[in-house]
Amino acid sequence: MSAPTVPPAPQVWRLLPAGSYAGRARMMMVRSAAASRRTWLAFVSGFFEPLFYLLAMGTGLGSLVGDLPGPDGQPISYAAFIAPGLLAASAMNGAVFDSTYNVFFKLHYARLYDSMLATPLGPVDVALGEIGWALLRGGLYATAFLSVMAGFGLIASPWALLALPAALLVAFAFAAVGMAATSFMRSWQDFDLVTLAVLPMFLFSTTFYPLSVYPRWLQIVVECLPLYHAVELMRGLTTGVVGPGLLAHLAYFVVMIGIGVVIASRRLEKLLLR
Amino acid sequence: MAVPTVAAPSTGFAPTALGGVGRVVEHHWRWYRRNWRATAVSSILQPLLFLLAFGVGFGALVGSGPNAAAATGGVPYLVWLAPALLAMSAAQSAAFESTYPILSGFKWQRIYVAMASGPLTGAQIGLGVLSWTGLKMLGSGIVYVLVIAVFGGVAGPGIVVSLAAAVLTGLAVASLITAFAATVENEGNAFSALFRFVVIPMTLFSGTFFPVDRLPEWVRPVVWVSPLWHGTEIARGAALGTWTLVPTLGHLAVLLVLLAVGGVLVARLFTRRLAA
Amino acid sequence: MIAARPVGAPGYGLVVSDALVQARGLRKSFGAVEAVRGIDVDVAPGEVFGFLGPNGAGKSSTMRMIACVSPRTGGTLSVLGMDPGADGPRIRARIGVVPQLDNLDAELSVRENLEIYGRYFGLPRRHVREKATELLEFAQLTERAGDTVEELSGGMKRRLTIARSLVNDPELLLLDEPTTGLDPQARHLLWDRLYRLKREGVTQIVTTHYMDEAEQLCDRLVVMDGGVIAAEGSPAELISRYSTREVLELRFDPERRPGAAALERHADRVEELPDRFLLYTADGERTQGDVVGAGFVPLSSLVRRSSLEDVFLRLTGRTLVD
Repeated sequence: MSAPTVPPAPQVWRLLPAGSYAGRARMMMVRSAAASRRTWLAFVSGFFEPLFYLLAMGTGLGSLVGDLPGPDGQPISYAAFIAPGLLAASAMNGAVFDSTYNVFFKLHYARLYDSMLATPLGPVDVALGEIGWALLRGGLYATAFLSVMAGFGLIASPWALLALPAALLVAFAFAAVGMAATSFMRSWQDFDLVTLAVLPMFLFSTTFYPLSVYPRWLQIVVECLPLYHAVELMRGLTTGVVGPGLLAHLAYFVVMIGIGVVIASRRLEKLLLR
Repeated sequence: MAVPTVAAPSTGFAPTALGGVGRVVEHHWRWYRRNWRATAVSSILQPLLFLLAFGVGFGALVGSGPNAAAATGGVPYLVWLAPALLAMSAAQSAAFESTYPILSGFKWQRIYVAMASGPLTGAQIGLGVLSWTGLKMLGSGIVYVLVIAVFGGVAGPGIVVSLAAAVLTGLAVASLITAFAATVENEGNAFSALFRFVVIPMTLFSGTFFPVDRLPEWVRPVVWVSPLWHGTEIARGAALGTWTLVPTLGHLAVLLVLLAVGGVLVARLFTRRLAA
Repeated sequence: MIAARPVGAPGYGLVVSDALVQARGLRKSFGAVEAVRGIDVDVAPGEVFGFLGPNGAGKSSTMRMIACVSPRTGGTLSVLGMDPGADGPRIRARIGVVPQLDNLDAELSVRENLEIYGRYFGLPRRHVREKATELLEFAQLTERAGDTVEELSGGMKRRLTIARSLVNDPELLLLDEPTTGLDPQARHLLWDRLYRLKREGVTQIVTTHYMDEAEQLCDRLVVMDGGVIAAEGSPAELISRYSTREVLELRFDPERRPGAAALERHADRVEELPDRFLLYTADGERTQGDVVGAGFVPLSSLVRRSSLEDVFLRLTGRTLVD
């Protein structure tokens, strides 16, 4: 006994079960763009947060610190030191917010994804569409922030142009892992764990001061954190101290993306297609 | 035909003005006893992390270098920072407690609507919520002072006044933002704009991490209107014993006026929204 | 399995079938809980087919399997001649779904809800724009096109959800509890829209726990209870098969309520409910006379025609709405 024979569905992505991907993730992004027209102020305001930090910490804290050694040991101004850190942190924050709070709300309250799965879209379209939107948004913020850095004279090298794709890569990694984590969350109370992960990273991953401040054992802990690799990557690019070491940072995020996407897609599948 | 039976008199009664506020506080206390873990991270761990990152980490970087000493008046950076962080964390948690939870009380969970269908008035509900926020800030403030003491950030008994100043600052901020939240219908733009354009600049430009005279001239007016700056001046002055009478009274007056204005607005706007 | 069935019986022609939906021994479990425990269903093109049953009967689980958003645990299922397990996107492209709870996009306007949903089906922008205009008209929401979803009343939201499900001109429309929570006026308006769709030849599958809705809408229905099908037929068939022509409803003062046994000799069958007795009989008026003549003093009595509610009560011993 078998169901009526029909030609097999195109197996787009072999890691994932059939029927979970219709190749229309971009329609989700069209939807997000239309929705954000209504909340344009929230959209635009995302750019100002790192700018305020740069202004306050760069000038204010900078006056206490003076110059710091850059990645190659040459002294750089405090503002030039923290600016790439803020760029990396804003890529992380934006991606994490979009992939945790926003996704959780749509998943459990707005039941938005249920309505999408009644169409040819599958869970993979949903995951890629949401991550894609987070990236688009993060890319716009990163571009704006890099322009501000250039305006303040905080960019020392044309390598800084690569900071934009690097920011996208970092955002992708955090969005993928964030979405995977969200799929395990049961209630809003679990979001304290997100704060618990993101805030210490923001504060301790050499965003505001160099690794040399810590004792060795703590340095090793910090070196394991993803934001540390993001900050070092950005700092290398914007100060023009580029070497093969940056590739190791890149590899870190490629692995993160791989793990995040696979877990997120499978978990969404499980949550949505019960 | 049976004689219609008259029901027994109702057991409910209307509270006094203050009693109504107390009932609202009690409601929140009941909820908190059950759910305090959910907010423990944000209310206690968050200021602790800031203390570690800036007080200890950044403090180690600037050490007792000439730049830092000139800014702090010679005291260690951690000691200089700690009372200001106390005020900052009160203002931050005040801002958070007064946005989404307030909107939820009107719109999602609708607990204010439920309260208003009993004998409580809108003003009692609004002021009760505000009182609860103040109590909570006091509680996490006490914990925070103990933590600072462990890290060696407390210079003397003046820190008790710093704590009071921090709670007053938090209340002033909470009253104004709660009043604003009572007018918000849709979360879309309002709160993220508030955080990005008001709360974050306030926390960054109020002299918490560095003296405000290090900021460019054109940013100073932002500092003067910031309730957090006024609170920080009192808190730090009290903790380090560097305060002088007239400026302190001035800062205190500003905070009290802001709180009074905010309190009146909260009472009015809650009444209006719950009557609609 | 095929060979075991005589020609003409339900289930014959598993492969060569013009049924839009065909299920054989369909099962669905959530862990240890069996929501659907082996059902056979055939839905023919153009008909309105109903699943009637109380909450938890397995209706929604069945609907989700047909809508290809819930993998089946066992049995076979074909929708539009395809297997939902393998061809989800291709099936979903051709059906319309109205879920039990409205899941409209609150961040979009009424019109955008229709247009962007249409884009998920891969429809060209121009086509979607025209279709949205037509559907707004159909749902009587043309005036509200620019509003956000939050500003709509419950009935309007429901009409918009139904309009949205039509954006791809579906061959099969799945409606899960389409009128639950609506006021009577809004329900009648919705029924009218669904009736128009039926005249246009759109096949519909409806779940409901309202017997009047099932009677209004369905050509044929199955009564579900505890994950199995308890009976199948047209509303009229089911009533004549499982109930009498009329029902006498009696309410008594709680203090002076007689036992069911005392009423039994006046009717074909008596059902005792918490607040009333139902006496099944061919002639309600006459039974009413008999009961009063025998000295019973009900607070109120009512004679009505038998409904699907009575069929359900007979089949399961329970009421539909509890």
